[in-house]
Amino acid sequence: MSKHEPVLLKNMQRPGYTGSLQDYEQTGGYQALRKVIGKVPPAEVTTTVMKSGLRGRGGAGFPTGVKWGFLPKDYQGPRYLCCNADESEPGTFKDRQLIERDPHQILEGILLAAYAIGAESAYIYIRGEFVLGAKILESAIAEARIAGYIGANILGAGITVNVWVHRGAGAYICGEETALLESLEGKRGLPRVKPPFPATHGLYNKPTVVNNVETLANLPHIISRGSEWFSAIGSPPKSTGTRIFCVSGHVKRPGNYEVPMGVTFRELIYEEAGGMRSNKPLKAFIPGGASAPFLTPDSLDVKLDFESVAAAGSMLGSGGVTVMEEGTDMVWAALRLMEFFYHESCGKCSPCREGSSWLVQTMRRIVAKRGQMEDLETLVDLCKNIVGRTVCSFGDAEISPIMSTLKHWRPEYVRLIHEAEAANLIALKRPAGRP
Amino acid sequence: MKLIEKYKDEITEILSHYPVKRSALIPLLYLAQQDEGYVSEAAMKEIAQMLRLTPPQVYETATFYTMLNLKPVGKFHLQICKSLMCALVGSDTVIGWVKTKLGIGPGETTADRLFTLSTVECLAACGTAPMMQVNEDYYERLTEEKFDRILADLKKYGTCSLKTGPFMWPEPANAVNHDA
Repeated sequence: MSKHEPVLLKNMQRPGYTGSLQDYEQTGGYQALRKVIGKVPPAEVTTTVMKSGLRGRGGAGFPTGVKWGFLPKDYQGPRYLCCNADESEPGTFKDRQLIERDPHQILEGILLAAYAIGAESAYIYIRGEFVLGAKILESAIAEARIAGYIGANILGAGITVNVWVHRGAGAYICGEETALLESLEGKRGLPRVKPPFPATHGLYNKPTVVNNVETLANLPHIISRGSEWFSAIGSPPKSTGTRIFCVSGHVKRPGNYEVPMGVTFRELIYEEAGGMRSNKPLKAFIPGGASAPFLTPDSLDVKLDFESVAAAGSMLGSGGVTVMEEGTDMVWAALRLMEFFYHESCGKCSPCREGSSWLVQTMRRIVAKRGQMEDLETLVDLCKNIVGRTVCSFGDAEISPIMSTLKHWRPEYVRLIHEAEAANLIALKRPAGRP
Repeated sequence: MKLIEKYKDEITEILSHYPVKRSALIPLLYLAQQDEGYVSEAAMKEIAQMLRLTPPQVYETATFYTMLNLKPVGKFHLQICKSLMCALVGSDTVIGWVKTKLGIGPGETTADRLFTLSTVECLAACGTAPMMQVNEDYYERLTEEKFDRILADLKKYGTCSLKTGPFMWPEPANAVNHDA
């Protein structure tokens, strides 16, 4: 058992907890909404969230209250809230658990956020594969509607919020907030050029906030227990609260572990997740989903907070921690992730669309022992021509696996190429520098 | 039979969720897929008319999303995650089982049109890998015994009790172990 007290996963760990409205209410559910709706001015709710230091749990870590604050104050037309439940970052599976086991916690968060920003419509954009999750959310919405938490005149306070579930259809990029909005508008999920930002020109060109599932799930707790309670958890002042880390790969007990931000990777991997699955030692780990650069055992004592992981040369990202044991082929691992990015590149920006294809081809050649030494320069060259040259941060993310494995495990690339040269498997001499 | 005649209530409900009609596009494409097993050209044309879009506008959206099948698939669509997190713990082996047991590779359908295999990217089940999705259901922590039983049950009953319910991993201390 973990020595840390969970916040978001607490309810679902109670024996017999089903996630129904009744169960949720019995554990204090919807008290935060009752406390503020129609009683506390929306701006004050935003201030509380700002003071709590809550930062987005989807990957970018932008302060939630600040994001809300960007909405134009004097705008008269409709505003929208979108709950980003498109959890698709390889290595991440926390939102799925929050959705399927405690949907009302998310709904209460959505209602609080909608109240704070003045949105009357909220859409939960859930990845298409989560069919069960979508059904669970829909029945939770129906329950909450009957109980008077959702719909017109919520709890008699004269506030209207409607919540709809909208299923995506299998595109990773729709987790990027502007691609999500495009998709919700019935278009291809191509990220928009920013600015303008969704805060002013979002869904249907109206002021919009997009928040991740876990971010929203934190809100009822912050409103109930206060910003000071929240900001004392974790690594204040910049990384407050708990986070659900998803541990996968070669550990004894993979799964979701909620810990205060600021515990070390060593504690998460060796205590929470039970350590390595066999007697093979840890060789590498990815700290925050596929978009985060690989780290080596030297970084095991790095703290799991936004700043510490960034200082170690990676990012906390979505909280997906993937552990690899000694013996894992790092070039193969990088190729697997590169194939993911190649498959998911939306095709809008040429450097990403073409670059991901060339990177995959070059990597496949090296792994198949048909590479040559100059391929390593080609890889770096391609990566450098993608980063910073795309509309969204997908381009910056997709180079992480290759650049970081080249940095830490270059000899593995070189060995594969030497083997290729030794076996004289290069049948055709290709023009230099071409993938 | 036209979608609008067959699913009048569902379509009215879907349209009521959005202030702009085009937002109903993906939900309606899903409806068409649920009806025919894939999204046919006729359905796309009908949806275009319903939403006052041109057929190319519908087509451009439909072709972007991998979950919308533009051609028929088998009765059971096996979607095996091959992303790194699953690959680390044996997803390639699972793909191998499909090849030996059903004789199909990625993108292929069995002659009896029961099974189609697709390899897919991360389905958010990395802690319970290797895994596959069959139509709407997740099957996780796959072993060869489990896999055999899933195939047998699907053939016999059209579903299998080994599918994942509301997800939580690690399971709460008092939970029943369904893996046995």
